[in-house]
Amino acid sequence: MSGRLGQGIPEQTIFESAVRNPELEELTKTEEAVDVPWQVVVHNDPVNLMTYVTMVFQKVFGYPREKAERHMIEVHQKGRSILWSGMRERAELYVQQLHGYLLLATLERVS
Amino acid sequence: MEFRRKDDVLELSELDPFLAELLRQIPSSTKCDDAAAAEQRIFSEPAQPNEKEICEEWKVYVQPELRRLFQSATETVASDLQQLNGSEKPFANCTLRIPTEHADDWLNALNQARLVIATKNNFNEGELCDHYRSPIGSRRDLSLFQVNFYGFLQEFILRETGGA
Repeated sequence: MSGRLGQGIPEQTIFESAVRNPELEELTKTEEAVDVPWQVVVHNDPVNLMTYVTMVFQKVFGYPREKAERHMIEVHQKGRSILWSGMRERAELYVQQLHGYLLLATLERVS
Repeated sequence: MEFRRKDDVLELSELDPFLAELLRQIPSSTKCDDAAAAEQRIFSEPAQPNEKEICEEWKVYVQPELRRLFQSATETVASDLQQLNGSEKPFANCTLRIPTEHADDWLNALNQARLVIATKNNFNEGELCDHYRSPIGSRRDLSLFQVNFYGFLQEFILRETGGA
């Protein structure tokens, strides 16, 4: 049960309300989905230059050059690399920045 | 053609009319026109198709911002390229000076152009690595040369601004 949703209300009451009120149950599910860890994945693209991709990883994530290059090579050789994982809001921001640099990036739930 | 950095300016000198024309085509090359595949590549999905809510919200809230960002970068490049329109001798070599503060906009616009051209022509990885194909064989060969020339320019900007 989400901590924020349950503020000041006994859990039993929330459960009963959810049974009676499907909208509340849906809201609870949505909040749980937001709290699940997410990962930022960059996918291979034959057009983007390796040096450009490395520069973007350095700028967006603040990674040192060696780490940025390791991820770039992983993208190139394996087709994808997980650049970051954590809360959804921040992951969305990273994906937005990566799209701003025209990289193929997606947000994925950590499985 | 010569590349060099002079203080806060990236200078491309001895540009022959052919390369100058390719540079002039950067802004128009960023346009997807009616090519749905190019539009999809520039505005790629932020998540797998089963994450419908994320993908739908992205289109409403994020894509307009990205569109403005790309448009702004292209306008800066178009403004810098005005230098190539004032030559009194149309077939003379010319010089283009790019302020280093415009470097990010150039990298962005060049990337847009490369992605749009590559997607429209459906170039494969092997073709993109073929840097020696003559640009005069066909329109497709010219487009490949254009993609590689813009990539060469990106490399120069990255190297001279410390990004590579």
